[in-house]
Amino acid sequence: MDTALIPPAGAYVLSIPAVVFSVLILVAGTGIFAYIIEKRIAPLFSAAPDPRLDHFKKRFIFMLKYAVGQYRQPRYLLAGIIHIVIFAGFMILSIHSASLVLTGISEDFAASVSNSIVGHIYGALKDVASTFVLLACVIAIIRRGIFKPKRYSVPPEYGKDHTKEAIFVLMLISTLMVCDMLFEASLTAAGIQKGLDTELLVPGTGTRLAAGILLTMSSVKLQTIHLVSYFIHDLTFFFFLCFLPMGKHFHVITSLPNTFFMKLDKGTVKPVVWGVEEEKLDDLDSFGVKKFSDFTWKHMLDFYTCADCGRCSDQCPANAVGRPLSPRFISIKCRDYIFKNYPLLGNAATNKKNLIGNIFTEDEIWSCTTCGACEAECPLMIEYIDKIVDLRRGMVDDGIVPQSLQKPLRALEKRGNPYGKMEKKRSDWTKEKGFSEKYKVKIIGKKETADALYFADSITSFDDRMQEIARSAVRVLHAAGVDFGILGPAEKDSGNEVRRFGEEMLFQELKDQNTDAILNSGVNKIVTTDPHAFNSLKNDYKDIPQVEHISQVIAREIKSGAIRLNGVEDSSAVYTYHDPCYLGRHNGIYDAPRDVIDAIPGITRVEMDKSSDRSFCCGGGGLMLFYEPIEEKRMGQLRVEMAKEAGATVIVTACPFCMANIEDAIKTSGLEGKMEVIDLVELIDRHIK
Amino acid sequence: MVRQVFAYIVHKEGVADDTALEMVAAAKRIDSDASITAIVAGTGADLNVVCNEIASSYQEVWKIDSEALSYPNAEAIRTLLVRILPKEGLIIAPHDTFGMDLAPGLSIKLDAAYLPDAVDIEGVDENRLKAVRQEYSGQVSTHVVCDISGGAVITARPGSFKADESKGAGGQVVDKTAEALEGGFPETGRRFIEVAEAEVGDVDITKSDILVSVGRGIEDEDNLEIVYDLARAMGGDVACSRPVVDARWLEKSRQVGTSGKTVKPKVYMALGISGSFQHQGGIKGSPFMVAINKNPKAPIFQAADVGVVADILDFVPELTDKINGSR
Amino acid sequence: MEILVCIKRVPDTSENEINVNRDGTDIERDDLVYSVNEWDNYAVEEAIQIRDRVCGSVTVVTVGDEETEEVVRREMAMGADKGVLLSDEVFKNSDGRGIAGIIKAEVKKGKYDLILTGAQADDGAGQVGGMLAAMLDWPYASLATLIEVTDDKKIKVGREIEGGNLEMLEIDLPCVLSIQTGINEPRYVGIRGIRKTASAEIPVHGAGDLGLSPESVGKSGSKIKQLDYFVPDAGEGAEILEGSVDEIAEKLVELLKARGGIK
Repeated sequence: MDTALIPPAGAYVLSIPAVVFSVLILVAGTGIFAYIIEKRIAPLFSAAPDPRLDHFKKRFIFMLKYAVGQYRQPRYLLAGIIHIVIFAGFMILSIHSASLVLTGISEDFAASVSNSIVGHIYGALKDVASTFVLLACVIAIIRRGIFKPKRYSVPPEYGKDHTKEAIFVLMLISTLMVCDMLFEASLTAAGIQKGLDTELLVPGTGTRLAAGILLTMSSVKLQTIHLVSYFIHDLTFFFFLCFLPMGKHFHVITSLPNTFFMKLDKGTVKPVVWGVEEEKLDDLDSFGVKKFSDFTWKHMLDFYTCADCGRCSDQCPANAVGRPLSPRFISIKCRDYIFKNYPLLGNAATNKKNLIGNIFTEDEIWSCTTCGACEAECPLMIEYIDKIVDLRRGMVDDGIVPQSLQKPLRALEKRGNPYGKMEKKRSDWTKEKGFSEKYKVKIIGKKETADALYFADSITSFDDRMQEIARSAVRVLHAAGVDFGILGPAEKDSGNEVRRFGEEMLFQELKDQNTDAILNSGVNKIVTTDPHAFNSLKNDYKDIPQVEHISQVIAREIKSGAIRLNGVEDSSAVYTYHDPCYLGRHNGIYDAPRDVIDAIPGITRVEMDKSSDRSFCCGGGGLMLFYEPIEEKRMGQLRVEMAKEAGATVIVTACPFCMANIEDAIKTSGLEGKMEVIDLVELIDRHIK
Repeated sequence: MVRQVFAYIVHKEGVADDTALEMVAAAKRIDSDASITAIVAGTGADLNVVCNEIASSYQEVWKIDSEALSYPNAEAIRTLLVRILPKEGLIIAPHDTFGMDLAPGLSIKLDAAYLPDAVDIEGVDENRLKAVRQEYSGQVSTHVVCDISGGAVITARPGSFKADESKGAGGQVVDKTAEALEGGFPETGRRFIEVAEAEVGDVDITKSDILVSVGRGIEDEDNLEIVYDLARAMGGDVACSRPVVDARWLEKSRQVGTSGKTVKPKVYMALGISGSFQHQGGIKGSPFMVAINKNPKAPIFQAADVGVVADILDFVPELTDKINGSR
Repeated sequence: MEILVCIKRVPDTSENEINVNRDGTDIERDDLVYSVNEWDNYAVEEAIQIRDRVCGSVTVVTVGDEETEEVVRREMAMGADKGVLLSDEVFKNSDGRGIAGIIKAEVKKGKYDLILTGAQADDGAGQVGGMLAAMLDWPYASLATLIEVTDDKKIKVGREIEGGNLEMLEIDLPCVLSIQTGINEPRYVGIRGIRKTASAEIPVHGAGDLGLSPESVGKSGSKIKQLDYFVPDAGEGAEILEGSVDEIAEKLVELLKARGGIK
């Protein structure tokens, strides 16, 4: 075959056939890469178990959706588009890159591919792709190097800035693109010079542009450019490949397995040790994650996968109020730990230190409200809550629990509620004057039974303000014609936060007691006004009747016509709905509460900037109310400001803890009289016909 | 028979503690005709000043003067008291940090009964002393009888007995130094080094007798001045509820409640505090509680002894003026 | 250092009002839950921390019935090495002096360098530590909020006195100290920890084992007896002051003066 230039496979460099270099680079490159990967995978084999091979089809689809489809990237529009361009270009070019590597070994290989129809189409496509990738890289370099979005900055306590690495990698990609273009362009230019039938180049692409410039050069120069660009490309390609597992760009490889093995059961917490039955927990020597090797292999894979994009921390409410927690650095600090303690050369460190006190602080780990904003945002489906819970389990097992949390935990152990109130007072909210005369709330159990159970949970049972929510719930359920009762003294705290604060055994006791009481009551379904109780009963408890949040019940009964509503009391008020984390993000209930509000004739409702799965946590529920975080501002205050910005005058929520935090925030923000908070069930109670 | 009752006087820098006169009252509750003797241990001019000061309230004042007593060491004083006290005597001390150090061991060394932390005494019947104590952080009271036939050591809760201001006892100061130090100053296995003073400006509200506590009713940081003014007028310290700390208007160390400090004052002023159980959980020892709140339904009124339904921003300055004007 | 910590099982009364039973002989115990006395918990934590610094062992001891064993286990779950239960029918209704005498007999059976008690318990008396020290003729300091071990002969102790000040003392060993809250931050003990100590053997010593005559303890050995319990007058909510602002302020000043609210 007649070619314009001598291809790399046929060339000589310093009188040595260039093919020798090509083979050498290929063998050395893949060899080093395999060695690095082996070293990186090693810690995963001594990690805790984590079965993730179920639901193969579902997992495969999720992998396509999140890794290949880049589903979550556009949530940050500019960065997302840049990433998608680079990613898509990469996907297209990876075939070309691989074929280029082989081009250096066999002359025939390249020709056989590019001369087919598919080859021509592909050739055009990859020229377009490389141009877009190069452009995206330039924009990204400018963005990271000059504009420096705040999201990427590294606070001094978390280590060194990562900008250099990011720009270095962008330069590597750019080099690949430029070399690719020059390699092609030099060949085309030479072909045109010789009047050969050359490959058609897509107008506007870098390759075409380069070919135009190169056209004036001598064929000797073109030959040099052709070979030099080839080998630079070849070297850069393998350097890049081996560089990937050295830092945040490992995600280029790990994002596929990481999304494939993603957590499928939202709202749950992983068991203490996978494969150990709840009854056998007592036999375990240690609980939770204390040392690095206590993490599961999937959690370690998460650390490798973090692309350092900072979206988690950008959404994290704890980070926003200045708590000493930034989810991004949970991953990065752990990855740094692996790199240091499982080095590429030499043996793994044997002196395994406790993570708490060395790479994490106690306050860092207690600062998390488990709101799930980070997990909802991560483009690569990295988990944080399970890790935080595992770290807390380790601390609880070692007795490292802040005094402010010990008191409610002891009270939960002794009394089944964090306030230490007597069990018999749990149903006192039904005895309020003016209420008890009209509504008799059944206490179900031995004597009485009902179709549904209203599970109030601790704060709603004992807190004066939240008891209003319970009484509204009673009136609304009554109006909807639901036959229901409460467990009264037999109800214990649902334990949602007990579990998420790492006190697994206490949670198990509460769960067992509640499960017994619920099953004994003989109800067919459970309704609750507390999303934390809802989440726990739905996702943590097993074999109990179906659980619904009251917003779901109300939405259904409005549709059925059982609940009819009057026109809005105050038509000048502007309502906004604040999604409770455990209703929205953890359980996907976004529409029912909004439908319910919108069903009130004449109501004005606006959305806050951060809503639905980007809702901003109010400050946390359950035991979080007792924790004294280090923070500059209260989450609730930020949330109230957001409502104000949206033009709202009434915040509707559907969670007693949101109520407590937002009510507090309204007062401390000096917005009393200007802003109000009301629970969804109270709002409906007020408007019911 | 005239009962002899001794009172151990706590004093500092030449001034007798308030409990000096309260114990006169407590002794009279045992037996109104009792002969009451004060015991004052110390040294130098300060000691004499204290002895003379209380002589008007006690029939007799026993003085023990030794340089080694310039700072009271309960262990040494215990031995001195054993040397000078008659058998089967009754001795009262305040139930404070000194009395708690001294009294239990003294009762053993005297082989006498120990009645700790009495809040009231209802008299003696034969050798049975009837008194009132409190248990469970003051939630429950109990009548106790104490067999005083072999003598008794009693500690009286400071503030529980109304100081006997009658004076006119015309007591004599008797120097018991020689008798007490016979055999030398007692050797103890416990040596005083120094008093490390609490940091200045670092108010420990758990130690305050009077707390002026402020809640979100204060509305703005600038308004805190009226609270400080009232605290100054009353001689108390400023505390607060959680929202005030959350707003960063006061430091965390001043927060009363389950997530803050547990306080045991004698008087608690709840200003603009609604009184969540989280807040009330931090108030122990049944203080005299005054609640001022514009919301008549605020739960704090259930817990308070006296309530004022008013806006604290209006009422507190008035109250401060009244207190300052009443001096 | 061999450390003995004296602990007591008490009803947890912090968040609920306590009622007196119908005949006034006791408090209403039906709805009460029990736990280790808060001050004692600090004492055990302090003992564990001292042991971890200078070696030795921590033994917890309590006087009570079989149910009392649960608090011994709890403190062992915290990290105490041994537990002893002093239990005998004749110990019932002992006063502070009786309890101190029972513990003294146990102390004599072992060899301890340091004995810690809580500064006080549910009865607010704060007496057992001081009595025990006097019975043993060991030095005593109450309300300790700081302990530094100097050597095996003496320790430095800070006592919390009025005004938040600290009285610094040097004390010869062996000695007895009562521990004030705030000296440390007691570690958390979860259900798991307690279950792990379920099989630990806790010896029970009775009057015979301790060489105590039945007359010296229990009701017969007590010089102080409880007659009854009653709830102090609390009144129904606050007395709301009425009148003009001036009148109310006037009245309030009087009330405050009477209650020592104006210094």
